[in-house]
Amino acid sequence: MDIVHTIWLRTMKRYVRSKSRIIGSLGMPLFFLLVLGFGLNSVVRIPGTGQGYMGFIVPGIISMSVLFTSVFSGIQIIWDKQFGFLKETLVAPVSRMEIMLGQTLGGATTACIQGFLILALSLLMGLNIASVSGVLIASVFMVLIGLSFTAFGIAIASKMEDMQGFQLIMNFVIFPIFGLSGALFPIDSLPSWVRSLTLLDPLTYGVEGIRYGLAGTSQLNPFVGLLVLASFTVFMVVVGAVLFRKINI
Amino acid sequence: MLAIEVTNLTKKFNSFVAVDNVSFSIESGEIFGLLGPNGAGKTTIISMLATLLRPTSGSARVNNFEIASQEDAVRKSIGIVFQDQSLDEELTAYENMDFHGRLYRIPKTVRQQKIAELLQLVELDDRQHSLVKTFSGGMRRRLEIARGLLHEPTVLFLDEPTLGLDPQTRNHLWAYIEHLNKEKGITIILTTHYMDEADRLCDRVAIIDKGKIIALDTPEKLKEEISGDLITIQSPEREKLYAKLITLPWVNHAEPHDGSVTIKLEHAERHVAELAQLSATNGIKIESISIHKPTLEDVFLSFTGRTIREEEIGSKEHMRMMHRMWRR
Repeated sequence: MDIVHTIWLRTMKRYVRSKSRIIGSLGMPLFFLLVLGFGLNSVVRIPGTGQGYMGFIVPGIISMSVLFTSVFSGIQIIWDKQFGFLKETLVAPVSRMEIMLGQTLGGATTACIQGFLILALSLLMGLNIASVSGVLIASVFMVLIGLSFTAFGIAIASKMEDMQGFQLIMNFVIFPIFGLSGALFPIDSLPSWVRSLTLLDPLTYGVEGIRYGLAGTSQLNPFVGLLVLASFTVFMVVVGAVLFRKINI
Repeated sequence: MLAIEVTNLTKKFNSFVAVDNVSFSIESGEIFGLLGPNGAGKTTIISMLATLLRPTSGSARVNNFEIASQEDAVRKSIGIVFQDQSLDEELTAYENMDFHGRLYRIPKTVRQQKIAELLQLVELDDRQHSLVKTFSGGMRRRLEIARGLLHEPTVLFLDEPTLGLDPQTRNHLWAYIEHLNKEKGITIILTTHYMDEADRLCDRVAIIDKGKIIALDTPEKLKEEISGDLITIQSPEREKLYAKLITLPWVNHAEPHDGSVTIKLEHAERHVAELAQLSATNGIKIESISIHKPTLEDVFLSFTGRTIREEEIGSKEHMRMMHRMWRR
């Protein structure tokens, strides 16, 4: 546990120090929030939600922020691999499982902080929250998204030699995961075949879970969502740990 | 007592044999050098001994622990300074040390005390709270050595410890490595492709070429194998000069190399005048004639027929530079 804590601590120190990264990665979600939120607020009516489009997409944008930050954190391992620091941890008398868990927790923590920053900003923009316990529910889903997708990033980084393939992963994996998740539109209004596609996307359950917490309503049963997302998290951590164990440097 | 015992160690990468059936042993308290050109297999040997790479076949014991089956015990008992930097540039010198101490589960009070002690030893105590990315190459290397010593290893691996450092820093580092060995009794295994480094530091040297050990002895004994003196003649007309030289009665052993010819003989000083005359009468241009005692460079030459020369900048190093440029 002390090793996991050590690795986590390093991630946090790096995170707190990289002010430009914190602000930089707030940029895109904030842009989406302002342009789509204010832009479409008056024209789009979502049935069954009280707050209009703005209230509808805040959970989606929070998910987006957590998703991107966590995948980035996981993929950071490639830098560690290229710049030698990974050797320092791998040659120490600690198990790779501990290193991987530390990285995952660190990535998830930074991702959740980013998510909460978006939440705080949308409160400033006038978002109403259903209840305080709702925020807690939303946090649980944020943590799960953070954990699973950091592990996902670690799994990819373990397989990748350098950052060359990064753009490919972003365009063909991360954006589709975000786009299909129902972060920006209600999944109930989709044609049934697309709807079944969104149900295959683990992020959908995260988005709907956060939406249930913050807006009080959702289109999926939050308990089913919790179950699916938790299973996905366990699965991803196992896959990430197995692949990380096979890293050669 | 043996610090390291290597038996028939082999490492293959697909069909490429990086380390070919290598056996040697290192006494505790020795400074042992692995000398050879880039790509000879030195780093691969070190990586296997440090349990970072699994051997294809053969075995090795480090501090009496088997590298294949007792990984953790081996890791705890060794320190290693890699050829490529392995510091976290976004952390301070102290934080890098602290991270290492925590990884090796050194209790907090001991850790703090040891870090202070070691940073003072490598003269970085005044910069301990600066980020590593502001450090020069020599400072980074010193920090890495300090870090490698934090958990009090009995064996320290140094992979090309002075690569890319200026002469002053090299000298400083050499003195420091000797100090560690003498004062603290730490066994040191270093790889290098610098002859002078191996000659100056090592008690024994293994010369490695293409994955094989081609000679292993003290630097003195290795050099004795080439008895007498060496005359090296630099000339643009190397081939012509060589053809003339081998007709001389006192030249038994001459070899042409890139841009020069080396003659091995006794009492070299008596023949310099004759050489000058030879070149003058035949109209062969000579840039310089030098007489010297054999160095490890000549030993390598006589064993392999090639000189050790530095290869161009490695791909990793290149990538790192690109990354730095990109970040600015």
